[in-house]
Formats: sequence, C-alpha cells, structure tokens
Amino acid sequence: MKIKEIVKILDARVVCGEEQLEQTIDVAFASDLMSDVLTLKNDNVLLITGLANLQTIRTAEMSDISCIIFARNKKVSVELIELARENEMIVLECRFSVFKTCGLLFNAGVKPIF
Amino acid sequence: MDNQMHFEYNVEGGNFTRAGYASSQIKKILKQLNVDIAIIKRTVVATYEAEVNVVAHAYSGTIYVDIDTEAVKIRLVDEGPGIPDIDQAMEEGYSTASSQVREMGFGAGMGLPNMKKNADKLEISSEVDKGTTVEITMFLNEKG
Repeated sequence: MKIKEIVKILDARVVCGEEQLEQTIDVAFASDLMSDVLTLKNDNVLLITGLANLQTIRTAEMSDISCIIFARNKKVSVELIELARENEMIVLECRFSVFKTCGLLFNAGVKPIF
Repeated sequence: MDNQMHFEYNVEGGNFTRAGYASSQIKKILKQLNVDIAIIKRTVVATYEAEVNVVAHAYSGTIYVDIDTEAVKIRLVDEGPGIPDIDQAMEEGYSTASSQVREMGFGAGMGLPNMKKNADKLEISSEVDKGTTVEITMFLNEKG
C-alpha cells in the first residue's frame, strides 16, 4: 500500500517525508517496545507506535524502517523530526489509538508480519 | 587501497539522547563500503542493542570498530557495574534495567539474546564493579 493512502485512511498529519508519499509498504507492526521492533527480519515495514522519543527513530534506522506512525495523538519533538529527516524517513502523526489505527489499516488490507 | 580500517566512538552512560549515534555512524560506513544490506542490518542491530546497554547500565564506554576484507569486529568496552552472571543475563526476559530505560522502549530482557541471534560471533566478558566487554564479529564472506 502507498503511504499516501495510509495518510488518507488515518487522516494523519505528515510531519516529514512529504516528498516520499508514493513509497509503498508491505507489512505493518505495532509496538511501544523497541526491543520487539529490533527482532524483525522483514523489509519495508510500517511501524505504528505511541512511543515518541529519539530511540524510536534510532530503532527504525537500525531496522531499515522508513515510515513511522505516531498514534494516540503523540506529538513529536523538533529533535525527533531532525533525526528522522537525516534518515530520510516518513513520519506521520495520527489522533487515533494504536488499536484503532491498526484496525483501520488492517481493514484496508495492510498485512501483519505474523 | 587500504584494506584495514579502524574507528573509535565514545559512549556516555545515561545519555539517551545520544544513544545510537555510534551505531548510526557504523551503519553509514558499512553502506559506503557496499557491505551486503542483510549483513549491515544484523551488524547494526546487534551493535545498537549493545550500545543501548552501555548507555543503560555503564558509566562510560568506548566502541572500537575494525573492518577488513574478511570481517567486521566491534568491541564495546565499558566501565560500569559489570554482569555478575552472564548466563542469567543471556536468558530471555531477564533484565535489571531502570524504569527510565523501560520508558525508552527497552529493558525487556531481550537485548543480549537478540545480539546473539544477529551476530555471527558474540563474546562477553565482565568483571563486577569494573565493567563489561562485548565483542561482536560479523563475517563478510562465507557466513551470513
């Protein structure tokens, strides 16, 4: 699925990476535990999380994750955006809970990892 | 062409703003060297887990990186409390992390097991009240 479709489904705010919304993702994973994210072997993963700190971006960087959705209305810091930009990531903010965010995307056909 | 490279990075205990900086630099270097992306991912995931451990548990540390045509060797040497029982620390779910570390999305007792899964070779030695040394070896050719 294209990121721009995800933005539409979630009525999300694009924080950075606006020029990359044509990119597609294969699967999605939701977690606030970065240790879990670091165990994923897949490529092209969309990360849905409520944990908005610099280590979320670092974890995504190490895991080759290029699109992150911050759910439950979490606001990202200027430092987080800077680090995400440096890594050419797409960062979205969405006002729904993680559960609803996942539900909407699952309904729209986004596949889980397992 | 020089086929041996060496880099060093300092890691500050407790500084979560900077945690991951060294791993990020190492990733950029490996990319520039055109190392296979699957090997890069395993290398930086293992290194990042180890770097976060230094920030989470130690007072300070140094990461030594040695790259040649055969392998990437990453040695993380820290000054800190050390690990009294390495076997126990390797068990999935065992953690002594603080609540601050848990708030950062870590501390679930998954770091060391995940380092072992990603590294081709992992060696840990530790002395209580002195510090811990973790050595991650990644083979660039035959294994991976």
